[in-house]
Amino acid sequence: MKKIGGVVLDVKNISLAFGGVKALTDISFDVREHEIRAIIGPNGAGKSSMLNCINGVYQPQQGSVTLRGKTYRGMSPRQVAEMGVARTFQNLALFKGMSVLDNIMTGRNLRMRRGLFWQALHLGPARREETEQRAHAERIIDFLEIQAHRKTPVGRLPYGLQKRVDLGRALAMEPSLLLLDEPMAGMNVEEKQDMCRFILDVNDEFGTTIVLIEHDMGVVMDISDRVVVLDYGRKIGDGAPDEVRSSEDVVRAYLGVSQ
Amino acid sequence: MGPFLETLIGGLMSGMLYSLIALGFVLIFKASGVFNFAQGAMVLFAALAMARFAEWLPALTGLDGKLVVNALAFVGALAVMVVVAWLVERLALSRLVNQEGITLLMATLGIAYLLEGAGQMLFGNDIYKIDIGLPKDPMFLFEQTFEGGVLVSKEDLYAALIAAALVAGLSLFFQKTAIGRALRAVADDHQAAQSIGIPLSRIWVIVWSVAGFVALVAGMIWGSKLGVQFSLSLVALKALPVVILGGLTSVPGAIVGGLLIGVGEKLSEAYLGPALGGGIEYWFGYVLVLVVLLVRPQGLFGEKIIDRV
Repeated sequence: MKKIGGVVLDVKNISLAFGGVKALTDISFDVREHEIRAIIGPNGAGKSSMLNCINGVYQPQQGSVTLRGKTYRGMSPRQVAEMGVARTFQNLALFKGMSVLDNIMTGRNLRMRRGLFWQALHLGPARREETEQRAHAERIIDFLEIQAHRKTPVGRLPYGLQKRVDLGRALAMEPSLLLLDEPMAGMNVEEKQDMCRFILDVNDEFGTTIVLIEHDMGVVMDISDRVVVLDYGRKIGDGAPDEVRSSEDVVRAYLGVSQ
Repeated sequence: MGPFLETLIGGLMSGMLYSLIALGFVLIFKASGVFNFAQGAMVLFAALAMARFAEWLPALTGLDGKLVVNALAFVGALAVMVVVAWLVERLALSRLVNQEGITLLMATLGIAYLLEGAGQMLFGNDIYKIDIGLPKDPMFLFEQTFEGGVLVSKEDLYAALIAAALVAGLSLFFQKTAIGRALRAVADDHQAAQSIGIPLSRIWVIVWSVAGFVALVAGMIWGSKLGVQFSLSLVALKALPVVILGGLTSVPGAIVGGLLIGVGEKLSEAYLGPALGGGIEYWFGYVLVLVVLLVRPQGLFGEKIIDRV
C-alpha cells in the first residue's frame, strides 16, 4: 500500500471569471503527497480552468494556490514549471515538427545549465551536459515503450502515442506535481488501459503526485485516491471515489433528476 | 563549356548571398512562427549602423587601420541589433503571445517601416560605403583547360565563403544544441513551451538577435557590393522566392533554394535571354516558385502539414 503524505498543494477559495462568465466560484481543495487526485465534472464545469489556475496560465480574481507552503500570485507558467509542476494538454500541444526524442528533450530544458556561449561553440561542458540529458530522455522513452518511434516526427504518430509523448515531455521535467488534462480523451479501450498503467506506474515508481482531469468515470474511480467534483464552476463533491459516487448532488449533476 | 562554367559559378555565388538573406527569414519563422517582413529593413539598419560607425570611429578616436575600425564597427552594429531585438520583444512580441500568425506578421510590417525610418533618421539617408577590403579584381581558373579560362569575381567568392560558413554554423546550432531545440519548440507551440519552463521572452530576444546578426553580415556584404542606401532593404525581395522555394522552416532549404535560384537566374539569362529578350533575372525566381508551389505547397524542404480531419 502506498503512503499518502501531507498536503502539498492547497487551493483556497478560487474564483475566476471571464468578463461576466463565472468559470469558477469559490473552489477549495487540497492535494496530498503521493496522491492521485481527480477532478471530474460534466462539460464546461471548469475543470480545465482549474488546472490552468494551478499552472499559472490563468490568474484567478480571488483565492490562493499554495504549493509546498509557497503561495503564488501572478506567477507565469514558466515560474510554476520551475517549482516542479509539469502538465499535459487536453488538445495535444506537442512540438509537431520535432522528433519524439527532441520533444522529450525539451522537457529537460530547465535542467540544462550551460549558456548560449558554450552551446554555440558546441564544446566540452555543453556537449557533456547534452549527453547526460539524453540518457535521461532515453529512460523515459523506455518507460513509455516508444523506443521504436524515437526519431519519428511527432505529427506522424497515431493519437494514442502522441498522448504518450505529451506525458513523456512532462515526465522529463522530473516534476513533483504532475497535472494531466484528460490524458485519456478520445482513446480506445486498449489505449486507455495502457495510459492508466503508465499513470499508476509514474505515481508508484517516481512517487509523483498527480492531479488528473478525466471524463471516463470508470477510469477515475479505479485509479484515483480522492475525487473533486465540479459542476457549473462550483464544487459539489469531494472525497474517496465511493463516497463521491453515492453523493446525491453528484448523481444529479451527471444524470439529472426526475422531478 | 567555359562560358557555361563561368555562369554556373557566378550563379552559385550570388545564390549563396540570397541564401544569407533568406536565412534571416527562416530563423525567425522557425523560432516564432512569424514571417518577418522587417528582415530587409533590418539588413538596411544594420548596414547603415556599420557604415556610419566605421566612418565616425576614426574621426572620434583617431583610430587607424582598416581591420580594427571595421571590426569595432561590426561589434558596435551588432550591439545595436541586439538592442533592436530586445526592443522588438519588449514593445511588440511580448504583448502578442499566443496570437495568430497574421497578427504577428502585421506587427513585423510595422517594425519594418519603423526601422527604415529610424535607421535613416539616426544614421542619415545618403549613400554610404562599407569597405571591408574585399578584393575587387577578378581571377581566372582553368586557364589551361579552356581558352581564356573561367572568370571568377574574387569579391563574390569571399562573400560566398563567408555566407556558407555562417549558414553551416547556424544550421548546426539549430539542430544540435538545447537552445536550438528550445527555439524550435517555441515556434511550434507557445503555450506548451511555457509550460515546460522555456522562457519565451529570452528565446525571442536570442532569435531576433541572431537574425540581426545575419542581417548585419548580409548588409555588410551586400553593402560593400552595392553601397549602403535605402535600396538595400529591397534586397530582401530577392530572398522572398528563395524562402518560399526552400520551405519556410528549413535552414538547408534556404541554402539549396538560394543556390537554385542564383544558378537558374544566371543560366536562363545567358541561354534563354537572347531568345526572350533578356531581363529574365528579375522574374525567374518568382516563376520558379510559382511552379514549385503548384507541386509542393510546403516548398522543397518545408514540413508537410498533415491535418487530422
